[in-house]
Amino acid sequence: MDLLQSTLPYLISGISVGGQYALIAIGYTMVYGILRLINFAHGDVFMVAGLVMVYLSAAMPLYIAIPLMILLTVALGFTIERVAYKPLRNAPRMSVMISAIGVSYLIQNLALYITGGLNKNYPAIPWISDKVTIFGMETTRVTVITPFLTVILVAALVLLINHTKIGMAMRAVSRDFETAQLMGIKINSVISATFIIGTFLAAIGSMLYFTNYPGVVPTSGGMPGLKAFVAAVFGGIGSIPGAVIGAFIIGICESIIKGLDTILVVNGVITEQVGFSTFSDAFTFALLIIVLVFKPTGLFGEKTTDKV
Amino acid sequence: MLQKKDNKKNFIALIVVALFLALVLVLDQVIKPTDKMSMLLTVLQKGSVYALAAVSMNLLNGFTGLFSLGHAGFMLVGAYTYAIFTIPAESRDTVYQYYDAAIRVSFPEVLRSGLGSFGTVLGVVLAVVLAGLVAAVFAWLIGLPVLKLKSDYLAIATLGFAEIIRAVFQWGKLGPVTNGSNLLKSFERISTFKLTVGETTIKMSTFVPVLIATVCIALIVLLVNSTYGRSFKAIRDDEIAAEAMGINLAKHKMISFVTSSFFAGVAGATMAMVLGIAQASNFKSAMTYEILLMVVLGGIGSITGSVIGSVLFVAASEWWLRGLDSGVFLGINAPGIFRNGFRLVVFSVIIMVVVLFFRKGIMGDKELPDLLKPRAKKASKKASKKEVTK
Amino acid sequence: MKKVIALILALVMALGLVACGNDSDADNGGEKVVKIGVFEPQSGDNGAGGKQEILGMQYANHETPTVEIGGETYKVELVYADNASSNDKAASAAQTLISSGVSLVLGSYGSGVSIAAGDTFATAGMPAIGVTCTNPQVTSECDVYFRICFLDPFQGTVLANYAKSELGASKAYCLAKQGDDYSGGLCNYFIEAFGKDNCVYEQFPEGTSDYSTYITNAQNQGCDVFFAPVSTEAAAQIIAKADTQNLGMPILAGDTWDSNVILDAAKGTKVEIAVTTFYQEGADADFDAAIKAWINSDATAKANNGGNDELAAVTVMGYDAYYVALEALKKAGSTDPADVLAVLPELSYTGVTGAIAFDDIGDAKRDTAFVKACNTETGKWDFVAEQGIN
Repeated sequence: MDLLQSTLPYLISGISVGGQYALIAIGYTMVYGILRLINFAHGDVFMVAGLVMVYLSAAMPLYIAIPLMILLTVALGFTIERVAYKPLRNAPRMSVMISAIGVSYLIQNLALYITGGLNKNYPAIPWISDKVTIFGMETTRVTVITPFLTVILVAALVLLINHTKIGMAMRAVSRDFETAQLMGIKINSVISATFIIGTFLAAIGSMLYFTNYPGVVPTSGGMPGLKAFVAAVFGGIGSIPGAVIGAFIIGICESIIKGLDTILVVNGVITEQVGFSTFSDAFTFALLIIVLVFKPTGLFGEKTTDKV
Repeated sequence: MLQKKDNKKNFIALIVVALFLALVLVLDQVIKPTDKMSMLLTVLQKGSVYALAAVSMNLLNGFTGLFSLGHAGFMLVGAYTYAIFTIPAESRDTVYQYYDAAIRVSFPEVLRSGLGSFGTVLGVVLAVVLAGLVAAVFAWLIGLPVLKLKSDYLAIATLGFAEIIRAVFQWGKLGPVTNGSNLLKSFERISTFKLTVGETTIKMSTFVPVLIATVCIALIVLLVNSTYGRSFKAIRDDEIAAEAMGINLAKHKMISFVTSSFFAGVAGATMAMVLGIAQASNFKSAMTYEILLMVVLGGIGSITGSVIGSVLFVAASEWWLRGLDSGVFLGINAPGIFRNGFRLVVFSVIIMVVVLFFRKGIMGDKELPDLLKPRAKKASKKASKKEVTK
Repeated sequence: MKKVIALILALVMALGLVACGNDSDADNGGEKVVKIGVFEPQSGDNGAGGKQEILGMQYANHETPTVEIGGETYKVELVYADNASSNDKAASAAQTLISSGVSLVLGSYGSGVSIAAGDTFATAGMPAIGVTCTNPQVTSECDVYFRICFLDPFQGTVLANYAKSELGASKAYCLAKQGDDYSGGLCNYFIEAFGKDNCVYEQFPEGTSDYSTYITNAQNQGCDVFFAPVSTEAAAQIIAKADTQNLGMPILAGDTWDSNVILDAAKGTKVEIAVTTFYQEGADADFDAAIKAWINSDATAKANNGGNDELAAVTVMGYDAYYVALEALKKAGSTDPADVLAVLPELSYTGVTGAIAFDDIGDAKRDTAFVKACNTETGKWDFVAEQGIN
């Protein structure tokens, strides 16, 4: 079989999942840029967005459910910051990270309680979950539109950060937290805005992701969340284009690895299955460690120096 | 003078621990599995596993200030090593049902043929120590690249390594060693720990895990109180100052990381013998988070705190708060609210309250004996609390 | 601050003691009660299936709430423990049941948890009757475990024969979940019967959400049957992806797929699905009508069955398991687990799913399975054949 023809489905599904990771990764990278905090709960917020959609769509038409879901998710992100991170602003970084892990634990357990630990089926959203044929392979429309939607949203975000007042404040805060505060920037509202933007994008990402993979369980957010974080580190934490490129690379690699056995067998390189797909998650972390060890600032990150 | 006082303190501590161990041994004989109180044994068994895991994590996170999230990975390595080296020959082929087992040595079995029931004990001990050593070797290899990293990068890198370890152990090609992603079972486990003296059989199902945890925690206490321990604390408090004082950062960080992983490996081995099974898919990062929360609950930087935190955590989740999941709690019958999962919600809320409002946890960075000293009033309260624990 | 924490802590502990002191078994107005443990997953991967199996027991309990033991009438109480479909929670769920004073245990839906809990049951001498756990190791490694369903070597061979002779398949794609004894075991026996060289075997890790790659893999390798005996949760997603990606080959699966989850997912698609199962709906029309009426009359039951009254084979198996348990209690003439265990090997009972008797390993003597195909237009099962091994 033609190499390209057999690899294409993996590439396309990789690009699609990469776009979804990208939307989550932005939340990580922005929060880390400003607070130097790995927001472990971000992946779980993404999962909650999925669950909220499941419950809302059962009760009301989609054109109300979707905006309401986004609104509720954003409210959750905002609340988490106010309740769990703001009181610890002057605490050691470890305490905040522990708080983030605690929030993640709480959200997962709440979701477990509410869903009874059962898989919830994500509603089919008309149009984007329709079938389409692209390059001779059949897939859903969401696979095709995700990368474009991601690029549009990111472009809008970059414009916002570079050309608005709040964007300027964000840049200032991420450059130097204390000085920005002294210059009269309202730190708390900047941080809140960051969380709002991050969770907004995660909500959109969750809509695309769960339309593609329509099962929501309490642990659904964990792995995509971690992978998105790795994408953010890979691209250079704090850098939005970096996070997006990192996410696409990770999405594509992951998808190829899952199909690597088949690709190699079909093209006659190996005759027996090796079991590469076992490493589809582990690969992401291997990539992370390589980046951290050899180029800790990532692809596009700025050099930072530790102050004594 | 000070020395004398310390000696007296150590002596008292030793007696308390010995009494506690004796009590556990008695409980082991008295309580049958079908009794209501058998949950107490379960709590003691699992509590000791988690106490050891929490204390070893505390050594790293609380005493050395290295925020590592790779604990589940090292426990996995320990559990697998222990399991693989204690599966008896007759069960090996049923356990490795899809593979041809590569390692065909069972320490307890080999030693039993020469030394009788004492050989079994020695074999188990050897396997446990080996479990720790293998985990330590893994830690050393991982430590080389990652220990240079700073706080949260270290956390995420160790977390990543734990996930990589999990994937490797599940890989089908390693099946002859690890049984692929399938269960390891039929190895020496607590239900088989018995000592036969003449006519009487002494059950040691709970005694063994408690003993292992006690010995290991005592070793960690000794380490923390040694010069190494003081160096660790110096690194935690101020890395740059510590380096200026002539402490070799890389060396001490590595010692702390490897030691902590050694005990994590032992905790993993103990967990395998308590559960009676070992499977890679159980050692997820969620397990690390849970252990971390136990440490936080007990107080980062307090060994007795970690022990109390983890025993409380296990007791509440396995025993006291079970009612929250099954409809009736404290005599209130509300199946609509007290249904599956509510216990964990209550639990996580308690933890968030501790994280946000009592950041020092139960013990702060103090130890139980410290609290007994200053005022008699406090001492009596602690003593009464201790009674409740028992 | 410390005092406050200590106080809270003491309070929590006191509450804990009160809580466990309270749940003493009050005799319901002098009525004698016998407890049957229900060891089933109510959350996790197999949660939906476990709930359907419990449903059968609950209906049977509703139908026959009392049992005659040794000349006295006992009220039957079902005691539930959630094993969360997870091997590491299995032992502690089993211990909870044992300590709550049950006479015997029914369950579980999946094989892994039953294997993992086997040692705990054996230690306590607690008889357990597996309902739909089909892996051979459940009973072969455990003396107290019996089961009323057929086994994977049988089921795997039936499926492989069906794939070859009825579907005319020459190359099979087998998909299992990593570390899952049910799907891994069944795939293994299927491959054995189908021929190793004609099978492509892959495993997906826990927490996988992307099944589209596996479907692409099957297509690219030129397979002509897709064998995926995985949990219903994964099944629903595999069916959805098979539809959008035009899989182009029939999907084959084992007894777990005989569930309305599959029917709902497949309705209106072009996917071809065939399964083997224990019970063909319509075999006993009176029973079907009665249980459906009960499911429709009880909102919780209906929700647990997935929102409609389509019967799953596991529900019927749960129903039969309950009656086997009653039969055992009657025959034992006592509520003591040891007495129940003693009579189980001799027991025979004819249930809705056929005659049930145990062989010397503890397995049910069953030599037929039903093959059903999904009718994607009506969303119902069509009966295909009753198959044995020739």
